This record gives sequence, C-alpha cells and structure tokens, in this order.
Amino acid sequence: MNITINGQPFETKNQTTLAKVLIDFGAKEPFAVALNSDFIPRKNCDAIVVTQGDRVELLSPIQGG
Amino acid sequence: MTNSFSIYGEQITSRLLIGSALYPSPAIMADSIKASGAQVVTVSLRRQQSAAAGDDFWQLIKDTGLKILPNTAGCHSVKEAVTLAQMCREVFATDWIKLELIGDEYNLQPDPFALLEATKILMDDGFKVLPYCTDDLVLCQRLADVGCEVLMPWGAPIGTGKGLLNQYNLKTIRERLPELTLIVDAGLGLPSHACQALELGYDAVLLNSAIAGAGCPVTMSHAFKAAVDAGRFAYKAKAMPEKDVAAPSTPTMGMPFWHQT
Repeated sequence: MNITINGQPFETKNQTTLAKVLIDFGAKEPFAVALNSDFIPRKNCDAIVVTQGDRVELLSPIQGG
Repeated sequence: MTNSFSIYGEQITSRLLIGSALYPSPAIMADSIKASGAQVVTVSLRRQQSAAAGDDFWQLIKDTGLKILPNTAGCHSVKEAVTLAQMCREVFATDWIKLELIGDEYNLQPDPFALLEATKILMDDGFKVLPYCTDDLVLCQRLADVGCEVLMPWGAPIGTGKGLLNQYNLKTIRERLPELTLIVDAGLGLPSHACQALELGYDAVLLNSAIAGAGCPVTMSHAFKAAVDAGRFAYKAKAMPEKDVAAPSTPTMGMPFWHQT
C-alpha cells in the first residue's frame, strides 16, 4: 500500500497504524503529525489505521521570524 | 515607571521580540538572541528533513530559556494556518501562536479576511492568538472583537527594512485601541524604526531580518535593544509639541548689541 510522507512516496502494509508508520519512517522527536491536512494529536496515532493514498505530514522545529 | 507589558496576562519586560531565522550561523543566532535581551523568540515548523540539523537548532533555542512564540509563516489558507497552529501547540507546548496568513505573494501581505476567520477559530479552540496583520484600524478592531488581547500590525512588508511606512495608521490604531498590547511586526530595518514604534506608544517590536541580515548581527542586536528602551522612555516622557515656527532656546533678554546695526 502506498502513502506519502512529507510529499515523498512511502510503502507500508495494510492495516498499519499511523504510529507504526511513523516508527517505520524513522520519525525523530520532537514532531507533530497531520493526516490528509488534519492535525492528529500524538496520543491518537495508535488508534488510526492509514489507508491507500493517505498523506502524512511530519513536522519538526525550525527557525522562524 | 512600569517597564513591562502583557501578552495574555504574562508580564514581559523586554520590548524586543526576536526571530531565530536567517543568521549566518547557529552560534551567531544564539549570541544575537542573548545580546537582544529578548524574552520571546519566534520559531516555526517544517517538514522533517535532516533530524540532526533540527535537533541542533531546537537544542540551541531551548538553551536560551526564552518563551517560545511559534508562527504559521507561509500559510495561505485558513485550513493550513489552523492545522499548523495545532501542530505548533503540541510540539512547543504553548498556546501562543503568531498567526501569519499570507494573502499576496508579492508583498507577503496578510489576508485580512482569512486572518479574522482563522483567529476566531483558534481563539475558540483555546489559543492565545498574536495575529500578524496590516495597519488597518477596522481589521484591528474586528480582531479585538473576537478576543485578541495582542495585535501585531506590520511596519512594512516582511524583510524590506523600510521602517514604519504609515505612521498615521499605526498611531490611529494605538489611539483607538488603548487597552490592547500592540507590537509592530515586520518591515523594520534600523534601530531608529524600532525607536519610532515605541515613541508612538507601541508596546514592543518583533523583528528578525534587521538583526540577522546586518553586517554584524550581535552588534545590531545591542543597537535594537537600546533603541526600544529609548523609544519607550520617550513615549513615557511625552514629546514636546511640534511647531511650524522657530523659537529660540537661548534667552533673548539681556542680549548685548541688541539689533544694533
């Protein structure tokens, strides 16, 4: 099954939770997650199963003005 | 003389809020932030690319011990801005958000209509919104109507260094919204610009490029720190009335050779 993470293709198995996807991707703390443009609190990532074509955004701190 | 202002009930004594972007190096960023005396530093979120680089930056910011003000820079829609604000709240563990919602790519002008809509959504969601807005009085009034206690009108478009392009508008906003905390955000280039903003009665300035883009950012940081202090003292002292006709400062009484030819 194919999804995207930060705009890049990422392959994962069916019935995979968002939390597992983030581990498999190698997400580094600190970060926040959005799925298909909706914010997903970290505590909810275990309960969400990704589906074909899902778009995951994984964001971390950066400089800002 | 009270030397603090409020950001949603939190008393801040430094009238210079500083950005963390565009510095020549991480060390210069850290030194410039320290030299500024700022208590609030702005940061953002972007796609995780190089974890190591991000870690270094975030560790430096955490080491400053300053209050974090995350922004929604680069957002062009209400949905984008709201989602990014929610992500910022989780990562930075703060309900403060500098709400940026760009309406035009040419001058990076905030979209006033979308900004108001997003502000209302976020305020209802428990955020303490610091909207980056244009110097439009009615927009500022509408933002106050939805609960904003802090407004951040621009001095000039982001990164231009042009200073306060419309002092009349900024002054009118100050006069019409005396209870709000007002911070000039963006467009400043010189310490004198910051001083002018404080002279107008603004509570603080938020800037980044003017320091980070200077030949020596650390020295410029010192200069801005002195400028906001000077501007605040001047505002509290109340400036003399401007006149159109010259008036001698040295007494004319007792002048020798008075009008002799």
